[in-house]
Amino acid sequence: MDEPLLRTLTPTVIGILVRRGACFATAEDAVQDALIEALRVWPDDPPRDPKGWLVTVAWRKFLDAARADTSRRHREALVGGEPVPGPGEEADDTLQLYFLCAHPSLTPASAVALTLRAVGGLTTRQIAQAYLVPEATMAQRISRAKRTVSSVRFGQPGDVATVLRVLYLVFNEGYSGDVDLAAEAIRLTRRLAARTRHEEVAGLLALMLLHHARRPARTGPGGRLVPLAEQDRGLWDTRLIREGVDVLQAALARDRLGEFQAQAAIAALHADARTAEETDWVQIVEWYDELVRLTGNPVARLNRAVAVGEADGPRAGLAALAELDPSLPRHTAAAAYLRERDGDLATAARLYAEAARSAQNLAERDHLTRQAARLNTGSR
Amino acid sequence: MAKYLLLKHYRGAPAAVNDVPMDQWTPEELSAHVQYMRDFAARLEGTGEFVDSQALSPEGTFVRYDGEGRPPVTDGPFAETKDLIAGWMVIDVDSHERALELAAELSAAPGAGGEPIHEWLEGRPFLTEPPTITE
Repeated sequence: MDEPLLRTLTPTVIGILVRRGACFATAEDAVQDALIEALRVWPDDPPRDPKGWLVTVAWRKFLDAARADTSRRHREALVGGEPVPGPGEEADDTLQLYFLCAHPSLTPASAVALTLRAVGGLTTRQIAQAYLVPEATMAQRISRAKRTVSSVRFGQPGDVATVLRVLYLVFNEGYSGDVDLAAEAIRLTRRLAARTRHEEVAGLLALMLLHHARRPARTGPGGRLVPLAEQDRGLWDTRLIREGVDVLQAALARDRLGEFQAQAAIAALHADARTAEETDWVQIVEWYDELVRLTGNPVARLNRAVAVGEADGPRAGLAALAELDPSLPRHTAAAAYLRERDGDLATAARLYAEAARSAQNLAERDHLTRQAARLNTGSR
Repeated sequence: MAKYLLLKHYRGAPAAVNDVPMDQWTPEELSAHVQYMRDFAARLEGTGEFVDSQALSPEGTFVRYDGEGRPPVTDGPFAETKDLIAGWMVIDVDSHERALELAAELSAAPGAGGEPIHEWLEGRPFLTEPPTITE
């Protein structure tokens, strides 16, 4: 059964229903119902015209819902006749759906859930599994999100930046489930990139591709985190790297720099080094300077300090770190690393252990504990 | 989103403001309390923030491995154990502030005299999956 096709068709079919007069919330529910039916029926009885099948079934679901609606007037207006496909039917509404599902009135979590369902064509169950919450909770999160955007006119121009933030979250904070959220984020960003020439969309796509390329090398046995410097670069996906670099170069050539392009440029410089030692840290620091200039983001400053430590030596890195708020996430971990590089192993071991206690994820905590243990047992 | 565990203690938390043991409440007060907890969970499901809620028996057993081919060793319960968990609720929220807000609402569940218990709950963030992009 062609599940990817089904998922690709989802936003198109929602757009068709909206053009036939359904409101977004009802259309989206009807298409979700049709999607679930397709997942049940298609394996044994694949349709010859998948899109036509989905439109027909979704429209029927929509009419059923309208009939069940208590508003009689509403019903009569809609059931008056099966509208024939109009001239606007083939127009691509997918871009509008991206904007609507990432509307600034939504919380990030709601925007993520709604985007995955309406644009990504995932079922509520799949999204719930991916984010480790009960299906009923996810269903409510999505219907609330739809109520929040119910007054937004479909087709209203939106802001690409909000869409990019949502896609970045899907990629970066994705949990593991039945659905590969990183791959899903890439698919959705690719699709967006095909519909807009915005440089930052290309920048984000490049960033995702370059990081995704490293995935096979990022974890070792038992899911343990392998730091960039220790990764087996032979495991990196060169095809994805090549694509990421191409996409990035085309975007940079248009000379409208943004934070995702700058981040992707840093990832590209890492990808370019055959060994960790060959990394061009001087250029990486320059890109961090750009990133800090563009965003002022404290996490970018922290990463810059680590890069300075590589480019100009650990003392310079520690000096850069000293200018930053020590309560920043991973500040202590960065200090531990730079102390070790500077030869102060006792302080480094103490800081690694301290950083492990405040780590926000298990893999990082285990990694930092292992660093502390390595220094503690080695120095005994 | 971040998941938090809201822990309710039989023992080990500071004393609640309305600190009357449950067995001294009226049946109506007990029902009102249970209803409040149910309504709270239902409301969180409605906001898309509910993950799980469980209650634990106060009686537990300590168990440990005792070597190959030997049955596990059990011990306890220990009356002196400082901390005793009564149950928990897991929530999935947008911010730390929201987690505190919800914990405070849960702590306001009615107890003796129908007054809020003002019970101390312990909020603990879950460790997450590592983010993909870290440099």
